Amino acid sequence: MHELSIAHSLVEIASEAACQANAKRVEAVTLRLGALSGVVKDALLFSYDIVIEDTPLAGSRLQIEELPVVVYCPDCDVQSTLPGVQQFRCDRCGRPTAQIIQGKELEIISLEYTE
Amino acid sequence: MSTRILDLHQGILDKNDRLAYELRREFEAAGVYVANLVSSPGTGKTAFLERTLSMLIEQGCMAAALVGDLATENDARRLERSGAPVRQIVTAGICHLEANMIASHLDGWRLADFDFLFIENVGNLVCPSSYDLGEALRVVLLSVTEGEDKPLKYPPLFNSADLAVITKIDLAEAVEFDCSATYANIQAVCPGIPVWETSAKTGDGMAAWVEYLKRRKLDWQQAIRSRE
Ligand SMILES: Nc1nc2c(ncn2[C@@H]2O[C@H](COP(=O)(O)OP(=O)(O)OP(=O)(O)O)[C@@H](O)[C@H]2O)c(=O)[nH]1
Ligand SMILES: [Mg+2]
Ligand SMILES: [Zn+2]
Repeated sequence: MHELSIAHSLVEIASEAACQANAKRVEAVTLRLGALSGVVKDALLFSYDIVIEDTPLAGSRLQIEELPVVVYCPDCDVQSTLPGVQQFRCDRCGRPTAQIIQGKELEIISLEYTE
Repeated sequence: MSTRILDLHQGILDKNDRLAYELRREFEAAGVYVANLVSSPGTGKTAFLERTLSMLIEQGCMAAALVGDLATENDARRLERSGAPVRQIVTAGICHLEANMIASHLDGWRLADFDFLFIENVGNLVCPSSYDLGEALRVVLLSVTEGEDKPLKYPPLFNSADLAVITKIDLAEAVEFDCSATYANIQAVCPGIPVWETSAKTGDGMAAWVEYLKRRKLDWQQAIRSRE
């Protein structure tokens, strides 16, 4: 389980940003999580609550925006949003494609804070 | 008191990715081809690597290895039998290798002396997928005894690989291994990925694999040269 170490990195980055912004209190951290990121949402939420204790993020909530995988088919020149992560193929022609447009994100988008 | 939004748009693994980028540059400059081996515990990474190292050395190549393990140094001792320089990275409970662990274990090695550097990751089909180590090739291994549906259960790791190796092929009959189902599952989560079948026990498929690896290294050198 590496969600705990992911949560540590997340909190480190967000805490630094909060300090620089002179935030009095951080209300929420918004994260974008791709279906191929290898990170499990629930495990990350759980780890977050443990890791934020005694940090500038204490009491804040983690908002996770989940992103599905989007692949590109060069034959059809179309993008397909995949329903899961077990079949990488074009919606239109059904051919397999390995060109991933979206789905690997593991990114802090924003902080909501009061000053 | 007012509520504000601060836009960050920062990758959580940026620090690791930046270090991996630097490592990749360093490996390219030294001309050492780096392969990162990932699989579940017990798939046969060490056995496969021991054979690969011995064969490469026999053929006059310089090959070295870094091996990650949660707690022991056993794998390094096994790999050393090949005659290759080997270093153990004991992760003390961390379930995957990170770029900084690679960087801190290269001291005193002259990378330019090596043709190949192998990294045996910690046995784990989940966590290593997120961590770039600066490798040129990510190899996912899957043994015939693990079940044909492993790729469907762990798509991020299989999808992140450049190459798949099916190990312990000598046991295929005994466990009624369904080869075509396995191929289909691997291709479903990573279309176009090359797949090799090997046995570290009998040596089946090993010569072809080593040949292929050397070809991949040549392609890699060509690509670097044409970029310059
Ligand atoms: N029959 C057979 N057994 C093998 C083969 N390769 C490995 N094994 C056996 O499988 C077991 C695990 O092999 P290792 O090489 O230690 O596997 P590993 O992936 O390095 O394991 P961890 O580092 O603990 O994740 C050992 O008992 C090996 O002897 C093979 O090709 N055929
Ligand atoms: Mg091993
Ligand atoms: Zn198509």
